[in-house]
Amino acid sequence: MAKAAEAVKTSYQGQMHLLQKEIMGRYFERLTRAAEQGEGKAAYMLISGNPVELVLAFDMIPVYPEINALQLAVKKVSLPFIQKAEEIGYSMDNCAYVKADIGMFYSGRKTPFATIPLPSLILCNYVGCNVYLQWFEHLAEYANGEIYNLDIPFSRDPSGKPSQDDVRYVVKQLEELIGVCERITGKKFDYARLQRIVALSAETGELWSQIKALTKQVPSPFDAYFDSVTMMAPLYCLRGTEEGLKFFQTALKELEEKVQMKSGPLPEERFRFVIEGPPPWPYLRVFRDLFAKWGAVAVASTYSTVGGLWEFGFRHDPNRPLESIAEHMLQWNLTNRNFLQRYEQIRRYVEEWSADALVIHSVKSCRLFSAGQGDMREYFTKELGISTLLVESDIEDPRYFSEAQMKNRIDAFFESLEHKKMVREAAPTGEGR
Amino acid sequence: MSIDGLIAQYKEILEDSPLNYAAQWKANHPGSKVIGCYPIFTPVELIHAAGMLPVGIIGGGNRLEIAHADSRFQSFICSIVKSTLELGLTGKLHFLDGIVFHSICDPARNLASVFKRNFPQMMVEYIHFPQNMTSRFTEDYLTAEYERLKGAYERLAGKTLTDDDLQRSIRLYNEQRRLLRELYRVRRETPQNLSTAESYVLTRVGTLIPVEEHIEVLKEALAGLRDRDEKPKDRVKVILEGSFCEQPPLELIEGLEAAGCYILDDDFLIGWRWFVEDIPVEGDPIRNLARAYIDQSVYSGVKHDSREPKAKHLIDKVRETGASAVVILAAKFCEPALFDYALYRRALEKLEKEGIPHLSLEFEEKMWIFDKARTEVETFVESMLFD
Ligand code: SF4
Ligand code: SF4
Repeated sequence: MAKAAEAVKTSYQGQMHLLQKEIMGRYFERLTRAAEQGEGKAAYMLISGNPVELVLAFDMIPVYPEINALQLAVKKVSLPFIQKAEEIGYSMDNCAYVKADIGMFYSGRKTPFATIPLPSLILCNYVGCNVYLQWFEHLAEYANGEIYNLDIPFSRDPSGKPSQDDVRYVVKQLEELIGVCERITGKKFDYARLQRIVALSAETGELWSQIKALTKQVPSPFDAYFDSVTMMAPLYCLRGTEEGLKFFQTALKELEEKVQMKSGPLPEERFRFVIEGPPPWPYLRVFRDLFAKWGAVAVASTYSTVGGLWEFGFRHDPNRPLESIAEHMLQWNLTNRNFLQRYEQIRRYVEEWSADALVIHSVKSCRLFSAGQGDMREYFTKELGISTLLVESDIEDPRYFSEAQMKNRIDAFFESLEHKKMVREAAPTGEGR
Repeated sequence: MSIDGLIAQYKEILEDSPLNYAAQWKANHPGSKVIGCYPIFTPVELIHAAGMLPVGIIGGGNRLEIAHADSRFQSFICSIVKSTLELGLTGKLHFLDGIVFHSICDPARNLASVFKRNFPQMMVEYIHFPQNMTSRFTEDYLTAEYERLKGAYERLAGKTLTDDDLQRSIRLYNEQRRLLRELYRVRRETPQNLSTAESYVLTRVGTLIPVEEHIEVLKEALAGLRDRDEKPKDRVKVILEGSFCEQPPLELIEGLEAAGCYILDDDFLIGWRWFVEDIPVEGDPIRNLARAYIDQSVYSGVKHDSREPKAKHLIDKVRETGASAVVILAAKFCEPALFDYALYRRALEKLEKEGIPHLSLEFEEKMWIFDKARTEVETFVESMLFD
């Protein structure tokens, strides 16, 4: 075995990580003030293809139970909440994001990072995930709050595009939702304001897409999985604000400098991979190090496109604010696309981001992601001849992470990848591929 | 034929190989086309009006060995997703010209894509049923969605559908569903005269044969039932809920009854008993079908209607039927059913205070978990009868 590296624990910690902590800290403080001092009105929403612009136009505070759930996992406090939910009737086999959130809801909504306010509006943006419908249905009952099911027709045309009827249906619902928000906040809808917010989103989308293109460089300036998640929270919570825009300007500048300096997140980039599936939040650090030790960098990830898919050209349009919000929800995010569209997205990543391999992280909680990933592996290995690793754990529930097993699988995979690489490099050009 | 004979005949088909029966039908009708319907709901009228046969593809039953599909779908995915794929991978669905899935859950949705990739000769359709029951625009959306589907079936069948065709189909399915409601009424009122396993067989056979034939079967069965006059036994009357998609093995249903239950109502094959009343025939048939989904369709774990709390219907059902207990019977790993249970349980705990207890069980298509379920039900029944 070659230089199969000692444990590498370095990971990139730049200014953008500090800035992220600061602005997200402020965001969570806002949640706490809303919860404890009644400052502002909270709208619960879901990440996938979120229409945060609309909520901001009414000065409502977007609250994402998914972000709260993942924070609980990262802070390693999710398990008692999950167990609390299981005590009151949720199954071992239900999505643990939901269980952690509901357990927390039933425990006074207090977390190590914020107190979560009660919802003034429970906006179920049903974008792809069917669990969403039940999650928010349950919260609406527990909180006795007002719910609006914003129904987003799933992608089903072979072209991957929504029909005119789909777009019209979503726009009409958005208009109804505007009425609901007016009633809840007592504020009149201001079209020009929404346009300004949507313009900020468009700029943010542009920056984010430029950032994502940077990982095509060798070495990649950052890890498109482990570092992208740092940028995802501001993308959902602060998209459409000046503060959010500034964050992405800072991030782009810093990452471009890294490209100039040919510096990456690891001392040496030896493998480039595409990763599919959400991260194991309770063991994020451990998981990252298992790849870092091999000099393996993620150059693209499907997970970073759940809230929106900007790298293939989509931008919000301030001249058609509602239509473009509808298009974002219908077409330009991962979750509302069908499984085969995801295969296609990954194929593009592997080719255009010059990856050596595909890693599939199959999580039990999130069947939207995981159900059928064995077929995906079949497609990539058998049809496309791309080295593919499938590992299993969970997005939220620490009970499903087996470090020893994970390590064995990842080591064996990169060992064999290394071997293939050596054979290829030794072979005369044009052979051994 | 006697009612016993009638039921025995269809039971044999179901136990033997229901899909072979449908495949045989196709072989006997050269030029005909068959569309598979994955649970739960399918607007079968559109398929029927195009002159094609809708056939329920409702899992692999408890005799199918899963040898290939488990490398495609993980261990934490319900049986029906895997067994349906296994049927496809082992060539047992070759007789289908198309198959239709819809937005019930994420695994079933991904299965639709996996079907598309693995069986390119089949027309795979996917319906997005709306989940906004309060918008004024939902009806327009679903009408458009049905129109889209109608177009697809017109192309497949090579025939244009007229309003007359559709209205004729709606009329027929109205009649079939009316007879099914009648069957369920008989069972609810006189469970000693019609067991749940029997009514299951009579319902399930309707997913395999043309609706015209099923109507005759049901009429014959209902006529035969009039002659039955059994003495009620000392059993616990229960409502069963949670098996709206994957179906428990028939032996399990029989086992629950043998353990001492009269099952007054259930949600087996709910998509084939979709509407609580007739769909209007007059007027635009596609719009009528769409409107019926929004306002006349049964509740289920995959329809989320913010107009009323989830458990209300279940509680109403208990009250209306006079059941003295509730059995939740959910497919293992079925997320919609398992989530529903959390809300049901809140409501059922209130009922418990009135002396109406509940029991929650899980099943799989495979047989081996039976004994445990049966013992649990027996204990439950005993605790009720001898309390
Ligand atoms: S199933 Fe996946 S997308 Fe849906 S709520 Fe759970 S983690 Fe989120
Ligand atoms: S049994 Fe449940 S989880 Fe499985 S396909 Fe049916 S609805 Fe989905």
